[in-house]
Amino acid sequence: MSRLTTRPQGSAAGTGPNAASRQPGHQGPASHPADLRASGATMGGPPGPTAREGGSVLSIAAHTTWMTGRQLRAIARQPAYIVIMLIQPVIWLFLFGSLFRKVVELPGFGASSYLDYLVPGVVIMSALSSSMWSGMTVLEEIDRGIMDRFLVLPLHRSAIINASAVLQALTTAVQSILIVLLGWAAGAHYSGGAAGLLVLIATSVLVAIVFSAFSNTVGMLARQRETIIGINTFLLLPLTFLSTAFMAEALMPHWMRIVANCNPVNWALEAGRSAMSANPDWARVGLQGGGLAVLAIAVTALSVRMFRAYQKSV
Amino acid sequence: MTIETAMPARAAVGAGGTLAIEAHDLVKTYPKDVRALDGLGFAVPAGTVFALLGPNGAGKSTTVKILTTLAQADSGTATVAGLDVRAKAPQVRRLIGVVAQRSGADPAATGRENVLLTGRIQGLRGRELARRTDDLLARFGLADAAGRQVRTYSGGMRRRLDVAMGLVNRPQVLFLDEPTAGLDPESRSVMWAEIGRLAAAEGLTILLTTHYLEEADHLASRLAIVDRGRVVVAGTPDELKGELHGDAVHLELASGTAGEHVLAALAPVAGVREARVEGTSLSARADEGAAALPGVLAALEGAGVTVRAATVARPSLDDVYLRYSGRRFTDADQSPATAISGGAR
Repeated sequence: MSRLTTRPQGSAAGTGPNAASRQPGHQGPASHPADLRASGATMGGPPGPTAREGGSVLSIAAHTTWMTGRQLRAIARQPAYIVIMLIQPVIWLFLFGSLFRKVVELPGFGASSYLDYLVPGVVIMSALSSSMWSGMTVLEEIDRGIMDRFLVLPLHRSAIINASAVLQALTTAVQSILIVLLGWAAGAHYSGGAAGLLVLIATSVLVAIVFSAFSNTVGMLARQRETIIGINTFLLLPLTFLSTAFMAEALMPHWMRIVANCNPVNWALEAGRSAMSANPDWARVGLQGGGLAVLAIAVTALSVRMFRAYQKSV
Repeated sequence: MTIETAMPARAAVGAGGTLAIEAHDLVKTYPKDVRALDGLGFAVPAGTVFALLGPNGAGKSTTVKILTTLAQADSGTATVAGLDVRAKAPQVRRLIGVVAQRSGADPAATGRENVLLTGRIQGLRGRELARRTDDLLARFGLADAAGRQVRTYSGGMRRRLDVAMGLVNRPQVLFLDEPTAGLDPESRSVMWAEIGRLAAAEGLTILLTTHYLEEADHLASRLAIVDRGRVVVAGTPDELKGELHGDAVHLELASGTAGEHVLAALAPVAGVREARVEGTSLSARADEGAAALPGVLAALEGAGVTVRAATVARPSLDDVYLRYSGRRFTDADQSPATAISGGAR
């Protein structure tokens, strides 16, 4: 019986790690987790191919590009998804545009054309409502085993999270530009010019990054579609209507103004709308845009933490 | 290029035969005190096919996850291609190919795109990447379907694509976690042939997990039987079956035969032992079953016992499993499922 069991032999067990440590640039097996990344770059063998897998910014960028390209191709193959992504803003634009056309006549509204006022609102709301579902993709990739397959490849871990953010930024930027063009075709005036529109698109991208990272975090934490659906349904309308998306701040009840001031969706709207006005308050734009950027970094950091927790739970 | 990185490690393992995989005393506990691995260890010589055989929930997949750097053991050590899987995870990932239990291919991408992306991440570029991709797709019979989204593939095609993706970097060690689970018999035999070919032609080390006894028997040169997170026995299939000392001889008797009478008649027959009668069935062991059978039949005829049917069988891995785990393989395989459905209520 004992002759059958292949218990590791003492000598053989010792030589494995030692052999690795004999390679150039290595003084023994890396034992501390912090050594891992460095060891990827200094591992023995020809410098060419191994340099590629090191922690260089260039290779992270390359890995991120491949991972983003993969998801962009997947979207491109779903024409229905693209159509829905575009039809929804059109509905908001023309539905609210017709329904609320007369509110600009209310004293204190502060705008002459409701369509002009509405375009930033629809841009930001659309950025919010499409990025909120990002966690569903992450969940699906975990459930299908796609995530685990990438994790056993020499892929930069950060590329997985980066790709999600880059994809969201790209699709949101395209969506925002199309809404701006649609609004312009319908007769909206953008008195802030190109600079104003750029700020609007940038803030829509930041909103998308904040809420996609949030959605990814929820997805990896709860590991249930229902949780994402529930949270999105719960958040979308309050976040939209507790902001100046469709109604001027001056006409809101006092308490609602206070809530709106804490609403990152509103920061994006205020920054975008101010930059698009004839006389932008750039200090305020910078403050709100900066706040949004800080929040984007914070929520992304949270999603990275959650991703690490997922890797440990496998 | 991946080979070069690992050559020094490989050469240094030394004279007494290279070990491609070593696992020592692996312990892994999941939340809610599920002890998936409980001191599991084994070693795989380079260039061989090694099977981890065991029922569902025995710890096979957890072992593969640890060896492929996906999960980390709570304690114990493991090396793959001479590299510690925890300390040298990034390097290990370049030297292995992994075919997990769930496909893991991106269903929205085409077969070709899946292989290309895997190759790119593994460091292949340009023409080399294109050639390797086309070769693999052709070899696994996917050349015609290469431009189609994977969601349109059949189960067998997906499995072959998974193996193609696992081979793109010319790994030293290929992990196949339940490679034929859920495949129809035809796809299974195609997969078996391909695994056998890989091992023979490319000198690849293959670790496969399976809960099919015949699969381990057919493909593996060595195997370890895993039960409840431990290796209960390891060896070549023949060694393990040889441990049972002889063939199983089974006879179906006419009804109304007294057990003691039968056993008394068999007692003088040479080479037959462990005879047992249960109802009308007689089972015994014999070193050479076929040679012993005529003597058995003659003895029984002499004692006036009518034999309805007789079979001689080489011991199966099922018998081995029964002996070392105390359970029938098929029973053990069912138990986790019942436990889960029981817990859900």
